[in-house]
Amino acid sequence: MRLLTHNMLASPVKGANNAFPLKITVEKKEVQETEFNPAFVRHLLPKVDYPALRETVASLGMDPLPEITDELKENEDFLKKLHHVLLEVHIIDGELTCPVTGRVFKVTQGIPNMLLNEDEV
Amino acid sequence: VKMRPEYQAPPELFYNDDEAKKYTANSHNIEVQTKLTERALELLNLPEDEPALLLDIGCGSGLSGDVLTERGYTWVGCDISRSMLEVAQDREVEGDLMLHDSGQGLSFRTGSFDGCIGISVIQWLCNADKKSNVPHKRLMRFFQSLYTCLRRGARAVFQFYPDSPDQMQLITSAAMRSGFSGGLIIDFPHSTKAKKYYLCLFAGVQQQMPRALGEGGDEGEGASHVSVSGRQTDRTRKRSGKPRDGVKDRDWVLRKKERQRQQGNDVRHDSKYTARKRGPKF
Repeated sequence: MRLLTHNMLASPVKGANNAFPLKITVEKKEVQETEFNPAFVRHLLPKVDYPALRETVASLGMDPLPEITDELKENEDFLKKLHHVLLEVHIIDGELTCPVTGRVFKVTQGIPNMLLNEDEV
Repeated sequence: VKMRPEYQAPPELFYNDDEAKKYTANSHNIEVQTKLTERALELLNLPEDEPALLLDIGCGSGLSGDVLTERGYTWVGCDISRSMLEVAQDREVEGDLMLHDSGQGLSFRTGSFDGCIGISVIQWLCNADKKSNVPHKRLMRFFQSLYTCLRRGARAVFQFYPDSPDQMQLITSAAMRSGFSGGLIIDFPHSTKAKKYYLCLFAGVQQQMPRALGEGGDEGEGASHVSVSGRQTDRTRKRSGKPRDGVKDRDWVLRKKERQRQQGNDVRHDSKYTARKRGPKF
């Protein structure tokens, strides 16, 4: 699972009120290089919750992201860095934890298990 | 006649390791899935030469995802069958995968995706495999949460195999109640083999319905797609100045019967007794 997908994902548990972002506990992560497409990264910028992304990046102990400014949005190096963070870093094994209910979703072989029990729907 | 897979087992059990491998190795299947995805993409009508983030519901082993990747789109796929997702993982598909039951509702943030496709999948949502599975509720949860996670003006296109007019109605009405506009597009309506159903939904903005394929000239125009607009409320009726229709008079009954007939349901023939008042009881 890429951090882009993680940034879009809110807690599905009933009563958690779409709590966001889910806390990541990493056992294994991987970097898979992909082609840099500046137009796509610029397209993603308004969709991404940037403060949450910074928080996630910090919690994973990766290179911290700078505060965002209008100037930065046109900066190629910054877009490249975002591309790396959003699209190249994959969580392979680990856990996602709902910040409100504490419900844990396992991630195995890069696939998060988001299935809910009947009483959680 | 081959039995429909929906009747055999719930999707997470039907698509087990064996079935998932068989499904993905079958070259006829690959060809069909690819064609359906290409048509769904065409109906999705994304702006040309612009990147987009798409959602693939029931992505399975990623056959539809391959088409999306080929066209340069980034996608996130959800499926309820772990075996299918594992095959997708082995094939090293480009999209992100997630084990997820669509009937439990999607949990993505508002406006995350620029479009959504689902190939041969939403009829599975009508299964009541467990006592707690109420098809209507699952459909509503799915469509409502889908509406939220799509960008305003985005489209969602679902190719599906309805097993009856009732089921078609159940699915379409759940989508409309969730705020979508749009409707059903039937490609090649006069052919049994090539006939394909696409539910084409618009989030937020009313748009022109795309044309179905193989309708055959002007004659069939408008006949093979059903478009739905907003409901007429009391207030809009008042504004238009038309008086309220009589309640359950003969005309009303005849119209209702005609509509049921068009939907392919069993309806009694009309006679002089239709909608006639019963006499007093003693």
